[in-house]
Amino acid sequence: MPAIEVESLYKVFGKGARSAVSQLEAGVPRDELTARNVTAAVIDHTWSIEPGEIFVVMGLSGSGKSTLIRMLNGLIKPTSGTIRIDGVELGSLSARELRRLRREKISMVFQHFALLPHRTVVENVAFGLEIKGLAKAERLERAREAVELVGLSGHEDKLPAQLSGGMRQRVGLARALAADTEILLMDEAFSALDPLIRQEMQDQLLDLQGALGKTIVFITHDLNEAMRIGDRIAICDGQVKQLGTAEEILMHPADEYVAEFTADVDRTRVLTAEAVMEPCGTRDTSAFTTVEPDVPVNELYEPVLNSRSPLLVVDDNADPLGVVTPRSIIKSLAPERESAGAEQEAQPA
Amino acid sequence: MIEYLRDWFWTYIWKPLPDMPFGAWMETFIRWARDAWAAGFDAVDAGLEFLYANLADGLLWLPSGVMVLLFAAAAWAAKGWKLGVGIGLGMFVVAWTPYWEETMQTLAMVLVAAVIAIVLAIPLGIAAAESRAFSAVARPVLDFMQTLPAFVYLIPVVMLFSVGVVPGIIATIIFAMPPGVRLTELGLRQVDGEVVEAGQAFGASPARILVRIKLPLALPTIMAGLNQVIMLALSMVVIAGLVGGGGLGAVISGSLGRLDIAAGFNAGLAVVLLAILLDRVTQGLSDRTPVARAAELAR
Repeated sequence: MPAIEVESLYKVFGKGARSAVSQLEAGVPRDELTARNVTAAVIDHTWSIEPGEIFVVMGLSGSGKSTLIRMLNGLIKPTSGTIRIDGVELGSLSARELRRLRREKISMVFQHFALLPHRTVVENVAFGLEIKGLAKAERLERAREAVELVGLSGHEDKLPAQLSGGMRQRVGLARALAADTEILLMDEAFSALDPLIRQEMQDQLLDLQGALGKTIVFITHDLNEAMRIGDRIAICDGQVKQLGTAEEILMHPADEYVAEFTADVDRTRVLTAEAVMEPCGTRDTSAFTTVEPDVPVNELYEPVLNSRSPLLVVDDNADPLGVVTPRSIIKSLAPERESAGAEQEAQPA
Repeated sequence: MIEYLRDWFWTYIWKPLPDMPFGAWMETFIRWARDAWAAGFDAVDAGLEFLYANLADGLLWLPSGVMVLLFAAAAWAAKGWKLGVGIGLGMFVVAWTPYWEETMQTLAMVLVAAVIAIVLAIPLGIAAAESRAFSAVARPVLDFMQTLPAFVYLIPVVMLFSVGVVPGIIATIIFAMPPGVRLTELGLRQVDGEVVEAGQAFGASPARILVRIKLPLALPTIMAGLNQVIMLALSMVVIAGLVGGGGLGAVISGSLGRLDIAAGFNAGLAVVLLAILLDRVTQGLSDRTPVARAAELAR
């Protein structure tokens, strides 16, 4: 069963929201509604997330991504459509049941951290457990573990104001982890941080995810960030413009809108040997240097230059999948859609 | 043309209008209320009189010298030794005037009125912060309470409770309460929306969000409201003295009648020094709320 399942989900703000939904369904463009002071934030989302997946929702401001994430834990009610968490439909729950679902299944990390300024780090981290009704000694014990998990040991008794931005967001993350829920919603969690700290936090999140295996919905406006951490990415502008893995989006952008975003992405970090290889053809590949299919392109430069022959991409059974040449690398880095199309034809069936 | 309009207005609008009836309505209502709710007013009268009398007796139980030291100690505890020394000196001057007893009576009156005003103001402020409709209704009522000249509502209050200390306390409560409501509402509305959202996202109930998140974060503003309530309450003492409220107000209105500059100045000085005591101590307390201390640490 999917951890989160969303079906024909709509959220429209303003007067006559319901009729606006039927108009959107009939194909009236979003801008036309905006002119009438009706804002369509989320349009016809249908997708599901499997347990243990990092699902990134990427979009510019005003693309409805914050609204979307708040519908997933019921802070905002959808105008129409259904959301199921572990098979339970949110719309069928009473306010009390909804609060219980949030306590037990979903926690959230906020863009501006949303910490209580008068509480120490460990007291902030224990907040979710306090609401769950755990005794003080136990919740502080578990909060300390979470603080250690995010690498803030030694800062337990400091106040948020005494910490840097990155450390504060670690407290926010620890608070969500301490609640021990399967689902983690992260709303622009790293967007307020400096670029270096942001990368550090991304790495830490991936490390933690390797150990914990949560289901994570991550909201961002930064496609590089999305590509770094997302198993799958949904690019949104009201509706979902494209949903797929980082590679799929880079290699085959669905439309101009998506293609414009991908132009700025550091492709060498996202694309892998498998994505840029060409068919072996009839070449004798026995003497070629081999690489694994999931090596990123930016780690292929040296082996390609140092080897007189192309690199041979092989799978787990050492069967050849294709070859990587300097030419195939350069070709994959050109962002034009035409070349992406040509690439598609050139790939082995 | 203009004259024609004026005549028309006079003949058809002003002349047929009956006398403005709002005042008469109010009078009818007050007279009716006095008879209909007599038992209720008597109970309030007795209750306030009891609170005031016991508090005033309590403040006068110890000799003035000891009380001066106690006030100094309270200021020290609230803020620091400098304030302790300053307040000690100020209260020494008050004890030096012939009006120590009156000062303690006034303090008792201010405290009773301010505590009741705050107890009423905080729930009203919470209601105003939670409900836009309530806030919209409360705002003009608060404006009315705060700006209607105090003498005007002293008239019905005296009629309902007769002369003495109680009408003074009631008038003080009405006059001093609005900033308590307003600043409670403001403090709660200023709480960072994302923090409230975090409470919701972790499944906290609205009551819990209020008690655990909103009120602690709003506390410095609410304390500023408490400070305002106390200062306004003190400013009402003279007027309360006019209706037999006793204390420094009686001394001041008495000296006004006799044109006794010396007595008036001494009593006035006691009011000022009492005001400084109450202001600095409550301010010291609001600096000690957890949120204010956290903000201090951040600098």
